Amino acid sequence: MTKNNVDIVVIGGSAGSIPVICELIEALPSPFDFAVVIVIHRSKNVISEMEQILAVKRKEIMVKEPDDKEPIQKNCVYLAPQNYHLLIEETHSFCLDYSELVSYSRPSIDVTFESIAEIYTQKAVSILLSGANGDGSHGMAEIIARGGTGIVQEPSTAEYPVMPQLALDANAEAKAWTPAQISTYIHTLNV
Amino acid sequence: MDSQTQLTAEELNEIIQLIYTQHGYDFSDYARSSLLRRVARCMTIAEFKTSYELKYHLINDKSFFAWFLETLTVNVTEMFRDPIFYKELREKVIPTLASYPIIKVWHAGCATGEEVYSMAILLQEAGLLNRTKMYATDLNPVNLERARQGIIPLKQIKEYTTNYIKSGGTNDFSAYYTAQYDNAIIHKEYREEVVFARHNLAVDQVFNEFQLICCRNVMIYFNQELQNRAVHLFHDSLSPLGYLAIGIKESLLFTDIKEQFEAISPLARIYRRKK
Repeated sequence: MTKNNVDIVVIGGSAGSIPVICELIEALPSPFDFAVVIVIHRSKNVISEMEQILAVKRKEIMVKEPDDKEPIQKNCVYLAPQNYHLLIEETHSFCLDYSELVSYSRPSIDVTFESIAEIYTQKAVSILLSGANGDGSHGMAEIIARGGTGIVQEPSTAEYPVMPQLALDANAEAKAWTPAQISTYIHTLNV
Repeated sequence: MDSQTQLTAEELNEIIQLIYTQHGYDFSDYARSSLLRRVARCMTIAEFKTSYELKYHLINDKSFFAWFLETLTVNVTEMFRDPIFYKELREKVIPTLASYPIIKVWHAGCATGEEVYSMAILLQEAGLLNRTKMYATDLNPVNLERARQGIIPLKQIKEYTTNYIKSGGTNDFSAYYTAQYDNAIIHKEYREEVVFARHNLAVDQVFNEFQLICCRNVMIYFNQELQNRAVHLFHDSLSPLGYLAIGIKESLLFTDIKEQFEAISPLARIYRRKK
């Protein structure tokens, strides 16, 4: 992967994914020449502290829940807000959607992956981590079909291996990497 | 849901154009990313493989359009969604509404009415419901009929009760509905206080003056131009110092009229029209 080939990295995770997500955020180059979008299954109608939970030691990295129609910028980490699906408009801005649950989830990882595949095509990297359902597999297939990259957490390293295993079963071209390998990859994405 | 019908941007444009010329509904300024999903979802449910089939039915099948419109528009809603919003409304907005002899409230894009009845409950608890006129509008006639009925599946009530308590409600939530078999029906005194009517934010105009307008999670389906139109319409429909409430992840920042509003609760996205 050479410089400027990646505009967006989208990370999907569910149960057991948060420590890995923190590790990946820590591994980001400084500054990073792409946007990072995180979609995690989580509770709705509660005061969200997820932005704080994901806040890492590196103070210059802010994790932000985007507002509707907020423009996507590189060197930023965005977190899908609770109780909305997160879509991407052709103008490279976020678009929130409050429609039916997909895979029992809102936000659904598939929905965001599919939307990113449509807009970013081969400049998208999707990463799917630990989780206990089948969300993300189909979206990753869309990203790969449009020339983007699919990376799955090696199931034996995942606290809940179901989600990464289903994604690997569905996507022969996806790479199965340990969190350390994914971190190294992310760290060198700029170079 | 996962194997959705694929649709290109060009096909979507043709369908938008066709809906407008055949049926008069203008979706051209809806956000394309969500509209694309919605149209593809309709095609999947209708078992259409190509956009040609959809176009054929839009032109030739009169009964199809009502189903299509109902399925296309998002009708998901909850009572006391975002309890923090209702808490802020209770503490910061409703006490100041008490100074008006008659209070007029507009719910724009009310879907099946759950948030309208949530508001009616807050007004009742503040002793203001009997001097409030509530207008609830939607572009989808099926939604309005459901909203008018005020029937809620009983399986949702537990979640709504939790939301109600988190919003600062201290009454017994079951005092607001009657449960029968699998459903709960909102008490008549609340249903009777609401006027339900058709209104399309993409084309329709100002129809009254309000002290409070609620339009939560409706403008997310619009592009920036249409959001701008809607916020102008709300501004012109508010009395000076009237309140506008939008969804917790919606923003006035991307409109050209943001200076005309003051944020009363930045967290709950409640704004007040300046004089």
